[in-house]
Amino acid sequence: MQLCTKLAHVGLCTDEKTGAISTPIYQTATFRHAGLGESTGFDYTRSKNPTRQVLEEAIASLEGGAAGFAFSSGMAAITSVLMLYNSGDHLVVVADCYGGTYRLLDKVFSRFGLTASFVDTSSLAALAAAIEPATKAVLVETPTNPLMKIADIAGIVNIGHQHELHVIVDNTFLTPYFQRPLEQGADIVVHSGSKYLAGHNDLVCGLAVARTAELGEKLAFIQNAAGMILSPADCWLLLRGIKTLALRMDKHNSNALTIAAWLKSHPRVKEVHFPGLADHPGKAVHDRQATGYGGMISFVVDDAALVPQVLSRVKLIQYAESLGGVESLITFPAVQTHADIPAEIREELGINDRLLRLSVGIEAAEDLIEDLQQALE
Amino acid sequence: MTDFATKLIHNKGSIDPATGAVSIPIYQVSTFDQNIGNSDEYDYARSCNPTRGALEDIIAELEDGIAGFAFGSGMAAISAALLLFGQGDHILAPKDVYGGTYRMLTKGVGKWGISHSFVDTTDLDAVKKAAGPNTKAIVLESPSNPLLKISDLPAICAWAKERGIISIVDNTFMTPYLQKPLNFGADIVLHSGTKFLAGHSDVVAGLAVTGDRELANGLKFLQNSLGGVLGPQDSWLTIRGIKTLKVRLDQEQASALKVAQALAACPKVKAVYYPGLPDHPGHELLKRQAGGFGAVLSFETESPELARKLMADVKIPAVAVSLGGVETILSYPATMSHAAMPQAVRHELGISDSLLRLSVGLEDSQDIVDDLLRTLNQ
Repeated sequence: MQLCTKLAHVGLCTDEKTGAISTPIYQTATFRHAGLGESTGFDYTRSKNPTRQVLEEAIASLEGGAAGFAFSSGMAAITSVLMLYNSGDHLVVVADCYGGTYRLLDKVFSRFGLTASFVDTSSLAALAAAIEPATKAVLVETPTNPLMKIADIAGIVNIGHQHELHVIVDNTFLTPYFQRPLEQGADIVVHSGSKYLAGHNDLVCGLAVARTAELGEKLAFIQNAAGMILSPADCWLLLRGIKTLALRMDKHNSNALTIAAWLKSHPRVKEVHFPGLADHPGKAVHDRQATGYGGMISFVVDDAALVPQVLSRVKLIQYAESLGGVESLITFPAVQTHADIPAEIREELGINDRLLRLSVGIEAAEDLIEDLQQALE
Repeated sequence: MTDFATKLIHNKGSIDPATGAVSIPIYQVSTFDQNIGNSDEYDYARSCNPTRGALEDIIAELEDGIAGFAFGSGMAAISAALLLFGQGDHILAPKDVYGGTYRMLTKGVGKWGISHSFVDTTDLDAVKKAAGPNTKAIVLESPSNPLLKISDLPAICAWAKERGIISIVDNTFMTPYLQKPLNFGADIVLHSGTKFLAGHSDVVAGLAVTGDRELANGLKFLQNSLGGVLGPQDSWLTIRGIKTLKVRLDQEQASALKVAQALAACPKVKAVYYPGLPDHPGHELLKRQAGGFGAVLSFETESPELARKLMADVKIPAVAVSLGGVETILSYPATMSHAAMPQAVRHELGISDSLLRLSVGLEDSQDIVDDLLRTLNQ
């Protein structure tokens, strides 16, 4: 079955009682037991909810994993995955990871004796060199946020599994429509479902998928114990969003290709980071492991003074955090998404005061270019 | 405007400032335009959502705190509070603590170097003895679940304050209508909002409130960093539930007393645990620290077989986990709320295989009594 067929049929006719085409929203906390020791399989919504279950099975199937989990935010998904590890464990993490992931490791899990090394995961040698005896997992994003660097998933899996590490891939930017890390041997995929999967900037949610049932059981325990679950209404909205994922991703992708090429030719733009550009250093690796480039572009303007001008002048493009919605958004990573990364580290990574990040929506590419043109003038 | 009943309807979160709508809008949104928005407060809905914010303001106001936080479940609220602490810290908790909190202490935060001891919190001396130099927090539940034991919250909180220990009170069973722990010195109040606050068994939600600025900053940081936030739809449903908190709880606890009295008079019932009964050991103490006895009771039948038979035969109560809904819920702590606890520990605490917990709902109290006695007296 083609992926777009699978997507359109997500959550279809799950209600055997009525045959409803759309999955019901089970807005319930608890479930009646017919008697002691008897259960319909549902006891308490924190543990398992029918609407959430449809979503969790859908994402597991789309990513090709054994078990899926829905959380109240992308950060709750990442937090829950990190809860797999103990005091004394060490993680190797992509250097320009999302600021929220950095904050969580730097300010929260560090208090529990969990340490992390941040490395440029586009270099397999740098990644291998960062592995310590206590290392338990590698956490990568590919493309990275916001610099769109590409990590070689199969290469990392190869190194990671030699050291018996879990390989965790944040697949938010590409979604299973373009990239399925578990099929390349990764152990866990995490998502901010708020982004492309939901796709309409109308909910905050997170997902995790485990490749094996064994790892799935551990995540199920944490999901229930720590309780950071996604509400039934938001589960339903996410299911609804996923149905149009293929159409949206194709349009995001083609728009981004057009806009990246246009930005590249603009005199005030010094660099464009987009893996679909022929000269992107990660393009060959990306083309091996993914079937599209997504809708995320970051670019560096020639003068820091141009940044506030662009942010206030854009009309069609909204100046707002987040990404992956049908509407285009522009952000200034240094002060927004990556504010929690110390300035000197940010600068070193290239997340500087001239870098802007564009989440290309599904509007007409010409309209978006016209908007950028007048904002950059 | 000081009366609690009025506050439930008229509070900081009751009116939409932009339109005057008397029901707060459901902001089903993830992000906010930074040019158009008039407020710097809103940038990303995990950090701040106006619907969730209204609920957070309401619970802070009702608990007489300065800041409230809404989470995706009661356990997400408890987890966030426990994660305020770090490696080397020690936490005290009641021996008969809720099974989910027990699980989080024993199998969750333990692996991150946070240790714990369980103590009988009805005994202040035992609490004092259990504290060590690294004790940073004490978790309290009063009435306890499922045995409805009463702890002297003002005395324990005062002692904790002296020792620099953060006191965390799970106020789920009482709600701020009946008990306001912050007013007698507690540092953090937690709720499974799923229960009496939302009140309709239709939402899973958690809440935390504090009166301390530093703790508020810590909780805000963790809520945003860990990301276990409550969704806008569920935030709105919880707000909606809170509006009827007083009328629901008034009737539910009046019915609970009638049911407790009827069960106490039933020869097939060995014991009834309800602090509203004058012979309950915590009756006087609870009267001093709370405005009512709540609507949860537990009772022990003469045999485990009878407990099981009752669960199979009752018509009105839903045999289910959870509590605090408009519908009466009968549950079996041994395999439900306290299943995470090893059997030996459970039995030592008195959570026997004949113990049933009843959360009394809004049905007619005589109907509930008749339904229970019909099976018990067979």
